[in-house]
Amino acid sequence: MQKTTRREAEKKREDTETSLKQLGNLIYEQIQNHEFPWVMMQSRSTDNIIYDPELGQYILGSRTIRRHSRNIRHIRPFTQLIWTAWFAKELVNMRKTSTLREVYYSARGQRDIEFTGQQESDNIITDLEVALNKPRENFGIFPEERSAIFGDLTIEYTVPGYEGRRMNLTDHPDGVMIGPALTSSEFVETSADKVIVIEKGAMFTRLVEEKAHEKFNSILVHTAGQSPRSTRSIIRRLNQDHGLPVYIFTDGDPWGIHIAMVIISGSANAAHLRGLATPEAKWIGVWGTDILDYKLPTENLTEKDLKRLNELKTDPRYKGEIWQREIDVFLKIERKAELEAFSRYGLTYIVDEYLPAKLEAL
Amino acid sequence: MIENSLDACEAQKVPPNIYLRLSEVEPSEEGSSIYAMRVEDNGTGLPSEHIPPSFGQVFYGSKYTLKQARGTFGLGGTITILYGQITTHQPVRIASSTGGDIHEYEMMIDIANNRPLILKHTVLKNDKSWRGTAVELQLEGDYSRIKRRLLDYLKQTAMVNPYADITFVDPSGRLYRYERGTEKMPPLPQAVKPHPHGIDVENFRRLVAVTKSRNMKEFMIEHFQGIGQKTAQRFLKAAEMNSKVKPKTLMPQDIVKLVRTAKDYTDFKRPDPSCLSPIGEDLLETGIRKELGLTKDDFLKVVTRKPSTYLGYPFIVEVAVATGKSISKQFKGGITIIRFANRIPLLFDESSGVIWKVINRAINWTTYKVFSDTPVVVAVHVCSTKIPYKTVGKEYMADQPEVEREIANAIRSAARSLRVYISRNIRVAREKRRLDIFEKFLPKIAEFSTKLSEQEITPDITPLLKVVSASMPEVEKKIKEVPQIAENDA
Repeated sequence: MQKTTRREAEKKREDTETSLKQLGNLIYEQIQNHEFPWVMMQSRSTDNIIYDPELGQYILGSRTIRRHSRNIRHIRPFTQLIWTAWFAKELVNMRKTSTLREVYYSARGQRDIEFTGQQESDNIITDLEVALNKPRENFGIFPEERSAIFGDLTIEYTVPGYEGRRMNLTDHPDGVMIGPALTSSEFVETSADKVIVIEKGAMFTRLVEEKAHEKFNSILVHTAGQSPRSTRSIIRRLNQDHGLPVYIFTDGDPWGIHIAMVIISGSANAAHLRGLATPEAKWIGVWGTDILDYKLPTENLTEKDLKRLNELKTDPRYKGEIWQREIDVFLKIERKAELEAFSRYGLTYIVDEYLPAKLEAL
Repeated sequence: MIENSLDACEAQKVPPNIYLRLSEVEPSEEGSSIYAMRVEDNGTGLPSEHIPPSFGQVFYGSKYTLKQARGTFGLGGTITILYGQITTHQPVRIASSTGGDIHEYEMMIDIANNRPLILKHTVLKNDKSWRGTAVELQLEGDYSRIKRRLLDYLKQTAMVNPYADITFVDPSGRLYRYERGTEKMPPLPQAVKPHPHGIDVENFRRLVAVTKSRNMKEFMIEHFQGIGQKTAQRFLKAAEMNSKVKPKTLMPQDIVKLVRTAKDYTDFKRPDPSCLSPIGEDLLETGIRKELGLTKDDFLKVVTRKPSTYLGYPFIVEVAVATGKSISKQFKGGITIIRFANRIPLLFDESSGVIWKVINRAINWTTYKVFSDTPVVVAVHVCSTKIPYKTVGKEYMADQPEVEREIANAIRSAARSLRVYISRNIRVAREKRRLDIFEKFLPKIAEFSTKLSEQEITPDITPLLKVVSASMPEVEKKIKEVPQIAENDA
């Protein structure tokens, strides 16, 4: 396994610090030149979010906007952007991390900069990502953690106080939470030859209990619903840097389908970022055809489910044959099934029968 | 009574000094008490022989000519005395001088026979050559209950009589002063004969009773305005009345017929407005400015309309519209109405009157950028030889279409200036807000870009602020004087 060196992690940190400082310099000089400060960035409006079939993900188009402090409507978000950049630089400097929620609260008490809600502060953080072309994780800003990872993967921490410390991800039977420390760690070695991504905690626990990691020689990742960016970036690293194929296993309904798709092709929200999508990952179920083939217990599709399915059908990311086929099956049978539906055939059925059959079929 | 005093002073062209004092005679814990009231003026004064009937007889003084006056029948003063007598059974004391000796009467009213009952008449030497009239009486009332209205009344009286100096001492000894804002007085109204459109049966009968004319043609020419030989002839023909008939021989039904015909007869000249005495734009402005305490930053527009007529009576509408910081300090948001008829404040039943109707129904205030929370004062003065009161209490005016239209036109014309003022303030406030925003955020941008770029010295943002304010030249001037009113605009 190719090892990422500690020096490289340090270099990334310095890079981030430099771009933040450059942003400061730019604005500082603009003011000194008696110029209203402004920054140029790619537009994030919907008409500038384009699907790139080659990359297999959404990207931002060529349209740029100027966030200009001479503009009465821009000056407040502009000020917030500079404040956020400064806050990020403090984090990077002190080698600390923070959450989106904490950023929102840190601005409280900053008169005139205060965000009206977390939505606003999240937005400004995204602006900063676009302006500097760096994901917020580089600034030490993470979402609330909820996803986990388990399997034979040895990592080496780079966070302060743990530098050089190693850990094997089978050490903890509940799995290891994918937080800032894990995200910034280096992957040292693994014996696994694939990654299985599961949407739900209960099924993740089942797979751990049934030793699915040994049976299938795999690393297990639990996304807890729509996967956070850090989780997506880890999945990608395992796939791209370490050559492990990725299989995604979700509920058999439009929402489950889309959880898989965001891992594969990314989201429109993150169109400004690279390194999050894993185009080679495969969605292995639960398919509409599985519902028929395995005679799974089902529920009716709701009005909302049907609407969502029709949206997905026209989404450029769903052009592929298997997607169109499965969406059509769902639309036809108007039924959906959860991962837990396999319990009908006993708790171990999924590990003993279904997964081997699915992986075999690929 | 105060109105009588004002009339008396104006007649003499002396700027009025009016003194009013209320003092408690029999204190009581709550509710009504007995008060002594003293009203004193520096007017013409009354000749001795006129004093008792003037104050002790209802309907004393018959007027055969018309001019605008506050009271019409000399009713108000006597009614007050009557009320005092009924509630306290105390005599009234009146002192008056026309420049010579002072005559002091102590009297009561013989209600049954409508005549004064003189208890005492004293003649005093007038060493200080005092001129005027002083009345002292006792009456029952509850000062705490009427205090608000009485003060409103005095303040509003001072508004439309800016040349009057009014002093009031209330029962607790507190002094209220309404100082005059000018010595100038409006020209006195000319007495004119009645217009035939505006005559009623009672007045016609009274003219017949006193006329010296020998025949109807002479009678019409003699007692009515704008009637010559030809008009008299034609009118009498229309009324099927022989022009040779002696007025004294007219039967009541003849009078009714003449009055009715006159009402519908269209070929009379328009009524003569010289009998009217509007306050005038300058004086009304002075009065309102001083009583509302307006500064030069507040808005005030006064409009005096040209004379107009309804049913044969001439009338003039005057309107004052005010807004600004001083107004928002004294009044709630919305329109505050102040009403006057022949320079008398109307205090009761505001929402029944024509002025309320015009302001709240006819005028679309949003056209003038006045919204429900914009504090605006609208004062309306209607002067006429006959105010179209709806009730005998003279509390509010009925909606005569001509009067209504004139009031609406006057308000609209003042409100057009108001719109200009408010628009300007909204603009200034908006520009000030813009500048505020830049003043708020630019220092923060400077501060954090300094920290971000690890510089030592925060860059100077004043050149940038200069650019912002240079693009708002109006703001530079107005920045400190943005009136409150515009701040409500969002």
